[in-house]
Amino acid sequence: MTTATAASIHSLWTTLADSTPGAAGASTSTLFPAPKIEYAQLSPVLIVFGVAILGVLVEAFLPRRTRYTAQLGLSVVGLAAAFAAVVALAADGYASTKSHIAAMGAVAVDGPALFLQGTILLVALVAAFTFAERRLDPAAHGSRVDSFAAQGSAVPGSDQEKAAVKAGFTTTEVFPLLLFAVGGMLVFPAANDLLTLFVSLEVFSLPLYLLCALARRHRLMSQESAVKYFLLGAFSSAVLLFGVALLYGYAGTVSYGGIADVVNGSAKLTPALANSTATDALLLIGGAMVVVGLLFKVAAVPFHMWTPDVYQGAPTPVTGFMAAATKVAAFGALLRLLYVVLPGLRWDWRPVMWGVAILTMVIGAIVAVTQTDVKRLLAYSSIAHAGFILAGVVAVSPDGVSSVLFYLGAYSFVTLGAFAVVTLVRDAGGEATHLSRWAGLGRRSPLVAAVFAVYLLAFAGIPLTSGFAGKFAVFKAAAEGGALPLVIIGVISSAIAAFFYIRVIVLMFFSEPRPGGPSVAIPSPLTSGAIGLGVAVTLVLGVAPQYFLDLASKADVFVR
Amino acid sequence: MSSFPLLTVTAVVPAVGAIATAAVPAARRTAAKWLALAFSLATLVLAGVIAARFTPGGARYQLSESHAWIADFGVRYELGVDGIAVVLIGLTALLVPFVMLAGWHDADVLEEHRPNRNWRPTQGFFALILLVEAMVVIAFESTDVFLFYIFFEAMLIPMYFLIGGFGDRAGAHSEDEQAKQRSYAAVKFLLYNLLGGLIMLAAVIGLYVVTAHQLGHGTFSLPQILQARAAGQLHMSTTAERWIFLGFFFAFAVKAPLWPLHTWLPNAMGEATAPVAVLITAVVDKVGTFAMLRYCLQLFPNASNWATPVILVLSLISIVYGALLAVGQRDIKRLVAYASISHFGFIILGIFAMTSQGQSGAALYMVNHGVSTAAWLLVAGFLISRRGSRLITDFGGVQKVAPLLAGTFLVGSLAILSLPGLGPFVSEFLVLVGTFTRYPVLGVIATFAIVLAALYVLVLYQRTMTGPVKAGIESMKDLRLRELVVAGPLIALLIFLGVYPKPVTNYINPAVKDTLSDVHKTDPAPQINAVAKETAK
Repeated sequence: MTTATAASIHSLWTTLADSTPGAAGASTSTLFPAPKIEYAQLSPVLIVFGVAILGVLVEAFLPRRTRYTAQLGLSVVGLAAAFAAVVALAADGYASTKSHIAAMGAVAVDGPALFLQGTILLVALVAAFTFAERRLDPAAHGSRVDSFAAQGSAVPGSDQEKAAVKAGFTTTEVFPLLLFAVGGMLVFPAANDLLTLFVSLEVFSLPLYLLCALARRHRLMSQESAVKYFLLGAFSSAVLLFGVALLYGYAGTVSYGGIADVVNGSAKLTPALANSTATDALLLIGGAMVVVGLLFKVAAVPFHMWTPDVYQGAPTPVTGFMAAATKVAAFGALLRLLYVVLPGLRWDWRPVMWGVAILTMVIGAIVAVTQTDVKRLLAYSSIAHAGFILAGVVAVSPDGVSSVLFYLGAYSFVTLGAFAVVTLVRDAGGEATHLSRWAGLGRRSPLVAAVFAVYLLAFAGIPLTSGFAGKFAVFKAAAEGGALPLVIIGVISSAIAAFFYIRVIVLMFFSEPRPGGPSVAIPSPLTSGAIGLGVAVTLVLGVAPQYFLDLASKADVFVR
Repeated sequence: MSSFPLLTVTAVVPAVGAIATAAVPAARRTAAKWLALAFSLATLVLAGVIAARFTPGGARYQLSESHAWIADFGVRYELGVDGIAVVLIGLTALLVPFVMLAGWHDADVLEEHRPNRNWRPTQGFFALILLVEAMVVIAFESTDVFLFYIFFEAMLIPMYFLIGGFGDRAGAHSEDEQAKQRSYAAVKFLLYNLLGGLIMLAAVIGLYVVTAHQLGHGTFSLPQILQARAAGQLHMSTTAERWIFLGFFFAFAVKAPLWPLHTWLPNAMGEATAPVAVLITAVVDKVGTFAMLRYCLQLFPNASNWATPVILVLSLISIVYGALLAVGQRDIKRLVAYASISHFGFIILGIFAMTSQGQSGAALYMVNHGVSTAAWLLVAGFLISRRGSRLITDFGGVQKVAPLLAGTFLVGSLAILSLPGLGPFVSEFLVLVGTFTRYPVLGVIATFAIVLAALYVLVLYQRTMTGPVKAGIESMKDLRLRELVVAGPLIALLIFLGVYPKPVTNYINPAVKDTLSDVHKTDPAPQINAVAKETAK
């Protein structure tokens, strides 16, 4: 009996542990079954990790002057190939009819996973362009530099750092780091057991901590942000891991399907636990802790404290990537956890998530009003947006899933583009992120200001932008799911949020330019492409969203 | 020929014009002005074609177009016009060329300091006006609630840039203070209207949920919803209908604007240039009152009847409060703004009196208010730009120096106080009669506002135009040809509408009849009073 239960819920991680007891008669070959890995279905992840490792080799073996070109080329080709693999899988029907769980229950290949992986890969591709931008900063000692420190290990202000700058060093390691992070993010929303969830969380978080510390300007601030992010991130990982342990204690398995069966009562608890009275407590506390770990990553109130500091201190291309891709991956994981593992607990978590969504929308919007730094402003705006997305999450319906998917896709391109614009506005000290420095930008460079205004209007959810289509989709799903009060609070906090977006527009267009204000750097086609693509996506998703809504609603069923 | 998308083209022409105007190189700014004017005239011609092809008394919505758009949201691209929409599209298309001509030099101030090579304020000014026109036209044309909502909200953005970017330079003393007041007005305008719009968004979503539950598929199509309700397939619960109605009405009341949601209008109209102020009050705000008539009454007849008493009281307060505050203004443009609030009160009173005279009058009032305010305020704008001040006390004796200016201003003023023989008299009379037949007390109170109107209009005229010539007025030039071209036709139109409003009412009346049957109201039967009855015995 024990073995039967264990066998039915075993996974990549638990095969060994589960098959040892009561299997004395079996031969060793059944004790250690060769793991069955569907390489084709995991190809997007494998390609990205493979290219990341190649990138590390490039760092080790290629001469310094050829690394930049090699790394950029490799990253772009790798990400594009992985995206092609995702599209091929989706076209093959893995998003709908053929969706199933690969790698012995560790990774789901289904609609939401493929949709989010595709989004993350596109975001990463655009982010790679902004990472590679080398025309914004004035050339240092004759060599072009990007947003990243000459040598990450050099102490800020030290002779070593000066020497590194003088020698024209650049940190091309950022590309493999980016790819590792992307690889982790691809697995995160597809993770189908709690350990895969945790491992992928660490895989994408660690490179991000590093990337945050690598700013060329304001290095101390950048390092401070990395330490903050790391400490709080490690703390939340620990909470998540503790939750994983409790859930395993409750259900005797880490696989999503297995836990869901136990929650629904369709599979029995492990005999050792069945007699204990504390099981419900294990489930509730464990579930809550895992959710808290994920809410930290999506920056939902009250787990949002790290966001403004980290967003402000990190190199802006990294901030843009983080704000877009991390959110996509983490919301994917949250959706899967709530919809696959814990639907049986709906009546317990829905009220809590209601509260979190309301707090996130309201606090994100209100606190943003007082911000004076563009990057911090965008950080709080991303918190408010997390609240809107949570409103779609609590809908608990296929419409809720597809609306969240659509919102994530729409939002990530807007936010990536907005941060790319922030990199252009510069003065002698690097990027001029204080809002007062942006006064009169519309007079000095109308085009850049107009593009940023389009992004701000999309953030504010003005019709004919992708922000409106996304907002409408999640609010509609929430209202149909009976969360009308949430919708009303949502529109009111949208109105509050609109205030500070408009304030920036006022500042850019209706204030006189100050003498000695920042100048707008002329970017290379890399950044222009990223910004242009962002505007195009914003307008296309705003005016003709039907195709993408279809795509999202085809991808709204989680495999179990 | 019947498949020619006339309504789409009418909205697309000004939009294309906006893009074309914006693309004119910086050095050719006069060409940009003429190009924009040409596009606005083309739109006027198309509006004329719509009016010609529309059959008054025929099908309720004509020249309809319908295409799938966002199936997931149940949204269709559906256009169609009733008589009121035809008339208001005509008004919009008619006023925009005058607004452009009057604002011919409004952006020139900004051309003086050129921060960079691509600085093109003139192109921007005219392109934004065309963009507003395109959005207003499509809002009047749409018969899909969602499509309407999108443009109802989107038109705020170009409007916002027009107010904030091209403000009146005649207000405060220092450049800095002007910029501050201007951006305050622009932000206030946007936030009020955005808040209204977002509340409406919640109601729009509510409407979707109701239709999705009861029809099996969510829809925003006005004809479909009306048909489903007539067939008994759609029945909103009383609570749902009232809440959704309130969401819609709130947005329209902000836009119209109705007391106590009016406070953005004096700021916006005060700080904007006179032509932009005309665009706000005569064109954009009409979308609010139009939407009350089309969406509030038709979609939520029971809730409309339920809310009528409160709305009537609010509109009455608007009428009296607006007029009283207009009397006390020192700033010419703010005076016009408060006068407009009073007039919007009349329009809303007429709509919710729920009589055929009241609603015909209200619809006609929208046209007359548009034309008369345009005539009054555009001439006032010429006056203000000559003196460089908006304060009434800075003027005096203008009629001795600039008789043409004073004369046209007088005609506009008399139109505003509803002098018989000019357009507004007919509509105000209809509204009052329509109100009186159902609510005699309200009708009587509203009538007193005419006295107040006479006060603020004539006192303004007396202080600015008559009396001794004040310092700074002596060398004031009379109207130029361009300005006469603006004022002349508008005055002619006011006289025409005052003497022979039938061409317009022909379009309006059948539409009003349809709306009234939606809200299950018939005109109260004429009553013979008791004394008459006695004598008859």
